[in-house]
Amino acid sequence: MKIDENDIIKVAKLARLDLTPDEKDEFSRQLSGIIEYVEKINELDTSSVEAADHIVELNNVVRKDIVEKSIDRDELKKIAPDFADGYIVVPKIIE
Amino acid sequence: MQYESVIGLEVHVQLNTESKIFCGCSTKFGAEPNSQTCPVCTGMPGVLPVLNEDVLNKGILAGLALNCEIAEYSKFDRKNYFYPDLPKAYQISQYDKPVCTKGYIDIMSDGKVKRIGITRLHLEEDAGKLVHSDDFTNNVSFVDLNRTGVPLAEIVSEPDMRTGEEAYNYLTKIKSIIKYINVSDANMEEGSLRCDVNISVREVGAPKFGEKVEVKNLNSFKAVKAAISYEYERQLSLIESGEKNLIVQETRLWDADRQETYSMRSKEDAHDYRYFPDPDLTPMVITREYVEKLRSELPELPDEKKNRFVSEFSLSDYDADVLTSVKQLADYFEETVQKGANPKKAANWITSELLGRIEDPEKISDFPVKPSGIAELLKLVDNNTISGKIAKTVFRDMIESGDAPQKIIDDKGLVQVSDSSAIEGIIDTVLAGNQQSVDDYKNGKEKAIGFLVGQIMKESKGKANPQVVNELLLKKLNK
Repeated sequence: MKIDENDIIKVAKLARLDLTPDEKDEFSRQLSGIIEYVEKINELDTSSVEAADHIVELNNVVRKDIVEKSIDRDELKKIAPDFADGYIVVPKIIE
Repeated sequence: MQYESVIGLEVHVQLNTESKIFCGCSTKFGAEPNSQTCPVCTGMPGVLPVLNEDVLNKGILAGLALNCEIAEYSKFDRKNYFYPDLPKAYQISQYDKPVCTKGYIDIMSDGKVKRIGITRLHLEEDAGKLVHSDDFTNNVSFVDLNRTGVPLAEIVSEPDMRTGEEAYNYLTKIKSIIKYINVSDANMEEGSLRCDVNISVREVGAPKFGEKVEVKNLNSFKAVKAAISYEYERQLSLIESGEKNLIVQETRLWDADRQETYSMRSKEDAHDYRYFPDPDLTPMVITREYVEKLRSELPELPDEKKNRFVSEFSLSDYDADVLTSVKQLADYFEETVQKGANPKKAANWITSELLGRIEDPEKISDFPVKPSGIAELLKLVDNNTISGKIAKTVFRDMIESGDAPQKIIDDKGLVQVSDSSAIEGIIDTVLAGNQQSVDDYKNGKEKAIGFLVGQIMKESKGKANPQVVNELLLKKLNK
C-alpha cells in the first residue's frame, strides 16, 4: 500500500503537525516503506484466528472504589506551562 | 405534505462513585480547581490506569434497568482528539464493544405507551472543565482537571422519538430509573446528567431519514424540548423553500437566551477520532453469574412500582405515575398507607395538597409533616371528626407548627359539628337572614341551595358536617 501526499497531509493535520514540502515527500516514502514491510503479515492465513483487542492474556483487572490521595497542586504547577489561581493556563480556546 | 421530526438522544450520566474511573482521585463536586488530580488523570507518560470495579457494576446495573443485553466481553478504546480538557489527547471510551446494548424503556406519548429503543450504554471518562476569561483582551483560558476521569455512562437511544414531548418524557423516565437504582445523582443543573439531541426532518412515513443535526449545550429538559421545536421549524422551512441542501450534518449549539440554535462545527471539520483498543486496560469478561448477582440487587423499578400501585391500591394510572416518578415520593406514599391511611385518599391528598408545597419531591423526607401525620389527618376526616375543608386548614397548621392534627383540632376547637340540634340552629339563623334565596329555591332555582349551604358553612366557621347540613337543609326547605 502506497502512502501518498494526501494521506500525509491528513495525518499531519490530525496530529497538528506543520510539514514542509520536503518533509511531506520524505514521510510519504518512509511511511510507505513501513506499511509495505508490515503488510508481509497479510501473507499469513488468519481466517481462523480471532482478532486480538489486547496482547496480554489478562482480563478484569480492576481496583476497589477507594479514594486515594491526589497530588499536591504545587507539583502540577511545576510542570504546567502556565498556572494561575489553581488553574492551568492555556492559550484562549475558541470553538 | 405532512412532516415529522426524527429524534435520538445521547444522555451522559455521571456515575456516583467515590473515586474516578481509572485512578483513586476523589470525584467530589466543588473542590478547589486541580486539587483532585494525579499523574493518571492528568495524562502523564508511563502511568497505568486501572478500572474502578464500581463503575463497571453501576454501568451493568443501569443497563439491566434499561432492559439491555449485557456483553459477555467488553473493552475500552481510545478516542483521539486534541482539546485542553483532556491532557492525554484522547478520551478513554468504548467503541465497538460497549458494556450494554439493545435495551428499551416505555414512555407515555399522547396518553399511550410507546417503546423507545436504547442502542447502547457505554462507559467512559469525563473531560476537564474549561473556564473562559470574561476579559477578552486576555488571550487565555483556564483548565481545571478535577472532572477529568470522573466516570460517565453514555446512553444512546434509537431514533425512535418524533416530538419534543416524547424526548422530554424519555429524559424524565431515564432520570427516574437512574435515580431509583442510585447509580447517579442525575442532576442536570450540576452537570451529572447531560443530553445531546440528534434531529432530522422527513415526510411522514418516508423510508429514509433526512440529514441529521446534533444539538449540544442543552442545560435543562425544557431546553431540550425548545431546541427540538426550533430545529424542526428551521429544517422544515428549508425543506419547504426548496433549500433542503442547506441542511447539513453538523453540530449546533443551543442559545438559551435567544431560544435558537447556531452552527458550531461544519462537516469539513468533522472529527476523525481514530478509535483503537486501549492497550493499558484489560478487556472485561462478564460472566452470566456476575450479571445475575447484580440483577438480584436491582430494586423495584418505576414501571413495576406503578403497576403494583394500580393493582394493589386501585390508584388511577395518572396518580400512580405521579407518585412513582420519584422514589422518595413513592416511599412517602406507601408509608402513609402503612400508617393506616386509605390508599386512594392518601394518593389524592399527596398529589393535590402536598406536592404543590414542596420544591423537590426527592427531599420529601425533609417536609415537616411525616407520613404518620398525613395518615392521622385523613383518619380524622374519615371518622367525621373534621371536614375535608377543615383538614386543609389543619394541614397548613401542621406544616407551620409541626403539631399533630388532633392537637391542632383540640387547641383551635375545629372539631366538626354533626350534632343536628346545633346545626339546625345555624340553619335557622341563615334561612331567616336569606329569605330571597329561600324563595328562589322554592320557585325552582335549585342553585340557590348552594349559596345557602355556603352561608351555613361560613356561619359554622367550616365546622358543620356538610352531609348533615345538606340533609337538614333539604328537609327544612322541602317542608
